[in-house]
Amino acid sequence: MPDAIDRELIVATQAGLPLVPRPYDVLAEQLGTDADEVKARLQAMLDSGVIRRIGAVPNHYALGYTANGMSVWDVADERVDALGETIGQLSFVTHCYRRPRRQPDWPYNLFAMVHGHSRIEVEINCAVIRELLGDACRAGDVLYSSRILKKTGLRIGA
Amino acid sequence: MSPVADSAPVLDALDDCDRRIINALQGDFPLSDEPYREVAATLGLTEADLLARLQHLLDVRTLTRFGPMFQIERMGGRFVLAAIQVPDADFDRIAGIVNALPEVAHNYRREHAWNMWFVLATERPEGIADAIARIETATGLNVAAFPKEREYFVEMKLHA
Repeated sequence: MPDAIDRELIVATQAGLPLVPRPYDVLAEQLGTDADEVKARLQAMLDSGVIRRIGAVPNHYALGYTANGMSVWDVADERVDALGETIGQLSFVTHCYRRPRRQPDWPYNLFAMVHGHSRIEVEINCAVIRELLGDACRAGDVLYSSRILKKTGLRIGA
Repeated sequence: MSPVADSAPVLDALDDCDRRIINALQGDFPLSDEPYREVAATLGLTEADLLARLQHLLDVRTLTRFGPMFQIERMGGRFVLAAIQVPDADFDRIAGIVNALPEVAHNYRREHAWNMWFVLATERPEGIADAIARIETATGLNVAAFPKEREYFVEMKLHA
């Protein structure tokens, strides 16, 4: 588990890595340690999965992904896990989860995010998902995003 | 800062070099003394060019962030997707209230009766219920939480 210094490192980097030639030296100075320790701690958090990756987080719209659909499906409980694994492997699905239904107005338990350059592209890809789900699927919908309201990511207190 | 307009990208044409930078920087950033120099060399750029272009991509919000992406659940925290049904006429005001919580990591307007979908990220599991209670009190609207029961796949990499 991350310790207090890891937590400080998270607080120091959650808004971004310093854009300077020696970013780990800058972080080390902030934390009162040395760059080798900063790098070792970041590597350990990558290895344990606390950090998924270090890199750029693009704005979908700016890259031309103007059609961003959250596809949601009502899939039979006894088949949703096997089908979720299959849907998650599709190249155009970036996130795939099982979530609870909220009956009566929300019957959907499988969520798959589909990003495309047009709604036609997203619709074609959702048709592929529908086909794979077959008779295990009772209903589906696609919720397109029309506006990014916030996209800061994690912010824990200092 | 406007509560709802702060995430909108400035429309700004990307050139090939920007695209190569974005594609090269979506993972495996080096843990070396001079990581930008190392990446710049693989792209045929100088370190100064790479840093200037990255700063520009952040300034115009083509990139929302550059740095580690944390999976806080691996350190005892929680991410939870939640949604509310917001009357259209009141949408911006409610978005401002919701966005003001630091626990709200992402928030999207979606075309559906459930028209506001946000992700709560908290350092402790109990922080989720607390954040939901604060949103419900401040907005007067019911929050539906959709905690994940199984994660089948997550890899957010978009080719520029």
